Amino acid sequence: MLELKNVSFEVSESGEGKEIIKNVSVTIPDNQLVVITGPNGGGKSTLARLIAGIEKPTSGRIYLDGEDITDLSITDRAKRGISYAFQQPVKFKGIQVFDLIRLASGKKISVGDACEYLSAVGLCAREYISREVNSSLSGGELKRIEIATVLARGSKLSLFDEPEAGIDLWSFQNLIQVFEGMRKNIKDSQVIIISHQERILNIADRLVVIKNGQLFKEGSKEEILPMLSGTDSAVPECAMAANARGGAQ
Amino acid sequence: MIQLDEIQKRLLKEVADLHSVPEGAYNIRSNGQAVGRVSTANIEIIPKENGSGIDVKIKPGTKNESVHIPVVMTQSGIKELVYNDFYIGEDADVVIVAGCGIDNCGPKDSEHDGIHRFYVGKGAKVKYVEKHYGSGDGSGKRILNPGTEVYMEEDSSMEMEMVQIKGVDDTNRDTKAELKAGASLVVRERLMTHGDQNAVSTYTVELNGDGSSADVVSRSVARDNSYQKFDAVLTGNAACSGHTECDAIIMDNGRILAVPGLEANSVDAALVHEAAIGKIAGEQLIKLMTLGLTEAEAEEQIINGFLK
Repeated sequence: MLELKNVSFEVSESGEGKEIIKNVSVTIPDNQLVVITGPNGGGKSTLARLIAGIEKPTSGRIYLDGEDITDLSITDRAKRGISYAFQQPVKFKGIQVFDLIRLASGKKISVGDACEYLSAVGLCAREYISREVNSSLSGGELKRIEIATVLARGSKLSLFDEPEAGIDLWSFQNLIQVFEGMRKNIKDSQVIIISHQERILNIADRLVVIKNGQLFKEGSKEEILPMLSGTDSAVPECAMAANARGGAQ
Repeated sequence: MIQLDEIQKRLLKEVADLHSVPEGAYNIRSNGQAVGRVSTANIEIIPKENGSGIDVKIKPGTKNESVHIPVVMTQSGIKELVYNDFYIGEDADVVIVAGCGIDNCGPKDSEHDGIHRFYVGKGAKVKYVEKHYGSGDGSGKRILNPGTEVYMEEDSSMEMEMVQIKGVDDTNRDTKAELKAGASLVVRERLMTHGDQNAVSTYTVELNGDGSSADVVSRSVARDNSYQKFDAVLTGNAACSGHTECDAIIMDNGRILAVPGLEANSVDAALVHEAAIGKIAGEQLIKLMTLGLTEAEAEEQIINGFLK
């Protein structure tokens, strides 16, 4: 179980403090797929970075299975089972796709093992395994590799920041299947997806709506989804083309 | 049978990937003397009369053969200057593995200055690998100053892989190449300096014939208080193409000076240079840390990948 208690996050903007996250308290129960949604610029990605430890809250605490992890480093949180798929995948020079999947899995794996993770995200694995994770790959390819690194970790809490951003429609179908699979085998784990895609919202157990840095609504999908339909917190698939260039930071 | 001690064996492994005596032609030099030399039917290794080096003569048409000429130094205070000349016959296709490892546990500087001259015949193909390695905790420096001259006949090609990852205190590498029509030169340099090391790498490539090409790329990492200078000048005197690139990661108090230079003396010369120096991107570290690596482990992986 992941708990955020009164979490606030402030940045300094031209000498003045600006609150990005305002006193958010939310609980992500075990064995559930939770989608955090809300309008662009509302603080969703910041919340994900706070959970992964990339940013530290200005105030408030974060607990994982009852342990206060607020002061733990990114590495220590990863070791405790938090995985994080970046919205904008990071590029490297010289590091190959296989290297990244191997590092993510944390053990010695065969090329065959790595290929399975790549196939799961719709990449023809053999073609990619020895490619460098650099700009020779398209945005969509990098994004799918990024998601594959989280699959390879097989950790307790998987956190995806706008996984659909920059992905074409065909791959999006694949992605939905990946998340449906995770949902099915969720026992003893949790999946958090930041998204405003209606189809992703549809496979959630629980929805959390963040707006203007605050917790706007939280509850079961059945309860929340009807309220969101037609708003920018639940964008239908046909609007994806416009969204394909990626979401807000 | 050559007798090598454990340190010599370790150095040989580092610089030439050799676990024992290599196959094919070889010349192993240890502490200023040749300790093993074998010629083959197609590759002849002849010591120079004054003992200052060797001539390696490769017959025209020799295919898929290799020459190993590693140098190891384990006595502190040795300083040597060696001239090795390679005559590669027309249409030959060979691999030449050089390299120098110095283990210096003593107070005096150890220095190996190797001058390699390559005369690459028409249509010949050469892959040249040169690795440098230093070890030992003596206060004496480990110094390597390689001078390389490459003379390429028409339609010949040469790929040079120059690697210096660890332990060499001072290097002044000077590489000169002259290319005739249709000749092609590819250089891949990988360099890491640490401690108070100093490494200077200078390339002067003259593209003299139509259709000649050169691609000189250096990837380097400067850590601690080390200093690097990369100076590559490509001169295009004909309808040729040239590209030079320096891509460097800087860490700690390292310093790097990149001086890419291009000179076009023909309207049909197409020359490009690129240079980038910067520290490891924070996002790269963060990504690897979210996979469970510590910051130091992440750094190591990024550098290993970069220098791979």
